[in-house]
Amino acid sequence: MGGHFPRGKTAIAGLATYGFDGANGLSPIEMAAKAGLLAIADAGLALRDVDALFICLPDDFFAGLTLAQYYGISPRYTDCNRTGGSAFMSHVAVAAMMLDAGYIDCALIAYGSNQRSGTGKLVSAFRPNPWESPYRPLIPLSPYALAAARHFHEYGTTREHLAEVAVAARGWANTNPQAFAKGPLTIEDCLNARMISSPLGVRDCCLVTDGAAAIVMTRADRARDLAKPPVAVLGAAAATWYSTVAQSRDLTTTAAAESGPRAYAMAGVGPADIDVVQLYDAFTINTILFLEDLGFCEKGEGGAFVSGGRIGPGGARPVNTDGGGLSCAHPGMYGLLAIAEAARQVRGEAANQLPKADVALAHGNGGTLSSQATVILGSDATV
Amino acid sequence: MSDSPDTICRAALADGKLLIQRAEASGECFFPPRLMEPLTGDTGWTWIEASGLGTVYSVTVVGQRPPAEPYNVTLVDLDEGVRLMSRIEAIAPDAIRIGQRVRLRIAREGEDFVPLFDPA
Repeated sequence: MGGHFPRGKTAIAGLATYGFDGANGLSPIEMAAKAGLLAIADAGLALRDVDALFICLPDDFFAGLTLAQYYGISPRYTDCNRTGGSAFMSHVAVAAMMLDAGYIDCALIAYGSNQRSGTGKLVSAFRPNPWESPYRPLIPLSPYALAAARHFHEYGTTREHLAEVAVAARGWANTNPQAFAKGPLTIEDCLNARMISSPLGVRDCCLVTDGAAAIVMTRADRARDLAKPPVAVLGAAAATWYSTVAQSRDLTTTAAAESGPRAYAMAGVGPADIDVVQLYDAFTINTILFLEDLGFCEKGEGGAFVSGGRIGPGGARPVNTDGGGLSCAHPGMYGLLAIAEAARQVRGEAANQLPKADVALAHGNGGTLSSQATVILGSDATV
Repeated sequence: MSDSPDTICRAALADGKLLIQRAEASGECFFPPRLMEPLTGDTGWTWIEASGLGTVYSVTVVGQRPPAEPYNVTLVDLDEGVRLMSRIEAIAPDAIRIGQRVRLRIAREGEDFVPLFDPA
């Protein structure tokens, strides 16, 4: 079911995040380059060791060429996958297979954005759909709102359930020095927040911040000799079911229901084996949909599942331990930040470190619930 | 006449008709217009005019800063089995309900002719 994947044969050897509090005048390519340098140094490697670049930028479709020239390196392979915020999970899948095949030896996966300081709003590469744009949906917000409204209708999910997700994220962010949004946030605050596209209000929406992230991947045997404990890539799977929201058959089930089981099969684990979960929470409904689709609870029970602080600090099922896109940072395409936090947990160096984090799941979402991709990471002991 | 199904469908809207495609072999309808039936790739299809009756699958109300009025963005399942994004008129946006029956009306908006719906 999982397809062939080189389980545990490759590892994240270096990682970095940067600039959630502001780009300080850096452009997106400069942000990505900075994060990349930090990740390479974190691994104890040098720029010249990198022979493959994986990058997706908000404003540059040729970012692979741009970054190669910026660094002055001549990569054997560049990849600018454009599935949105899930692109980086696909990068991990491709890099793992190319490394294992010996086609490349060291992959750098990088992202950077200055969207908050540069434009003040989400920078998107979306092309308006002529059959949808006349109705003025807020993109990307309204498609998620339509999914939430349908989930409410079918399963009795409520705005209080959505608020639980936002409050949990803020709880994690409050003890993460890197997080952008801090301070008290209550269920009432969320319910009273300005409605934007019903049933989603301001507190149901991710932040608009600057930020950059990068990871370095090598084969596992090399990673064991480098500066930091290797974080093994156990599985990585992507699934695409549609592009625009009207073409979804069932808006309450996402392609995570396909990417998740395939990644689990590759990794040889199931939801009960996952110690820490990072989900791309562009909107609060995402967390509920993905917890269901990835098998942490039954379809339709996500609202009840997140209630009572279960996914927040001290809860039984920690989710988005950095504060997520809702409260830590959301520089446009969040996927790589989820991978970085999952890897930090496995290393044992996260700001909100869990006592046991041997197996971590990072899930990316792209487009308007269109593309879903799941990566499962583990400590060296899990290989 | 264009070979583009998308262009043909848009031209029909200007004549007050919403055309959808029906695959001859499977009998399944599909929309927006394509060169082939999704998944099967079947290029044996014919245009049919939508009956115009449908059901609200989901709805969101976009709030705007006053004095701009809120408006709805709605997904409608036509009885023929295709889903499209649209807007429901002749009803307050917050009164629209999932499962509600609606009827097609093609309206001119600027240079375009767009499918809208009213409560049935």
